[in-house]
Amino acid sequence: MSFTIARTLPEALAALAAGARPIAGGTDLVVSARHGKAPLPADLVAIDRLPELKFCERTETGVSIGALFTHHDIETHPLLTTVYAGLADGSALVGSPATRHIGTLGGNIMNGSPAMDTGAPLAVMGAEVELQSVRGTRRVPIEQLWIGPGRTCAEPDELCVAIHIPAPAAQANSAYVRLEYRRAMEIAVVGAAAYVALADDGTIAALRVGLTAVAPTIFTGELLGQVGKSVTEAAAAAAALSSEQATPISDVRASEAYRRHTVGVMARRAVEAAARRAAGEHIPTPVNRAIGIGAAS
Amino acid sequence: MSESVHLTVNGIDYPVTIEQGRNLLSVIRTEIGLTGTKEGCDDCECGACMVLLDGQPVNSCSYLAVQAQGRAITTVEGLADGDALSLLQRNLLETGGVQCGFCTPGMLLSATALLARTPEPTEEEVRIGLSGNLCRCTGYTKIVAAVQRTAAEITKSSTREARG
Repeated sequence: MSFTIARTLPEALAALAAGARPIAGGTDLVVSARHGKAPLPADLVAIDRLPELKFCERTETGVSIGALFTHHDIETHPLLTTVYAGLADGSALVGSPATRHIGTLGGNIMNGSPAMDTGAPLAVMGAEVELQSVRGTRRVPIEQLWIGPGRTCAEPDELCVAIHIPAPAAQANSAYVRLEYRRAMEIAVVGAAAYVALADDGTIAALRVGLTAVAPTIFTGELLGQVGKSVTEAAAAAAALSSEQATPISDVRASEAYRRHTVGVMARRAVEAAARRAAGEHIPTPVNRAIGIGAAS
Repeated sequence: MSESVHLTVNGIDYPVTIEQGRNLLSVIRTEIGLTGTKEGCDDCECGACMVLLDGQPVNSCSYLAVQAQGRAITTVEGLADGDALSLLQRNLLETGGVQCGFCTPGMLLSATALLARTPEPTEEEVRIGLSGNLCRCTGYTKIVAAVQRTAAEITKSSTREARG
């Protein structure tokens, strides 16, 4: 058993190479250890004090977000809540203020839960994940990162250091909505993200939909057949396709049939909200509250 | 394996010897002896165990104590100045926001963090700020009112000071 606090990124990577597992906020790791779901790793390296991993900056191609950027950082960031609104929609729904203050974006995606709230929006925006180890650095398209529930393609010595998101097209934006039974400390029953680009005549120029908690991993698809269609037609098609292609399970939270039905409703709402944003309308994040999902206060 | 670490709680340095897997809640209550922080669900759902870590709310039941080294931990005992309760504590009592009192420490810390970052919250912002804290007596209305009253009083007194 060992616990070390890394002061520099090379120190953290060396610890991972020696077999330690990383801990940032610990909101998934510690809770699942306490549940007996997965024991706490014998050797831990705390990475929460690496300032070089806590940033958000514009790049030539879009935006880069450090793995330690928290959900609270995201839900209050002026660029992320407007241009990359789907991501802020997701982060703003995670847990409670306490969870959002210590829970990080890197931790959320590397935990690999099919119910994660940031995964579908990042996938529809075409995000890439930067993985670093003592052996070097590589970038992985985020949809290829997840290979099963709780499993990623990252090697044990690789650390997620950043998430890169391409800038949306001229008239394009994203949205993420989820079905929830309560407004805090909730996990998505089902959820859907959409990235919509509009042509000058207001029809669909590009449409991608990502689904949460209806498959072993986040499920993403490009709806090429909807190019040139109206937003209303595309939203209906996205709903039908999502319900058809989802492979949900029945568990304590919802039945297979209920998930299959409601994921279509979420997909339609996500497409509609993303299209309204793409057309220039400001819908505050999280869109769930703005369009009245979730119990009234 | 145990480790000797130092934790700073309410400005006081406490040397403790703890196992790496121990949660911050149990160390605060049983090693340090401050029992204001409560164990409710012990599952990161109810917020009774809320403490502040460098001013930010954290569920101490699901946070490793060793990870809190070098950070400023604030518990409910750190809100009062000796026997003098803070404005928020007084308002919570006066508005009837304390019933059985079990959720109160967590509510106080969430509200303290909220008011530090949002000095003039709307009712909706107060409800979101307290959304990680459950009150089994369901006394939310008065708790929200106490936070709003505190915000209004702080704003009023700082406006007065600014006017000189």
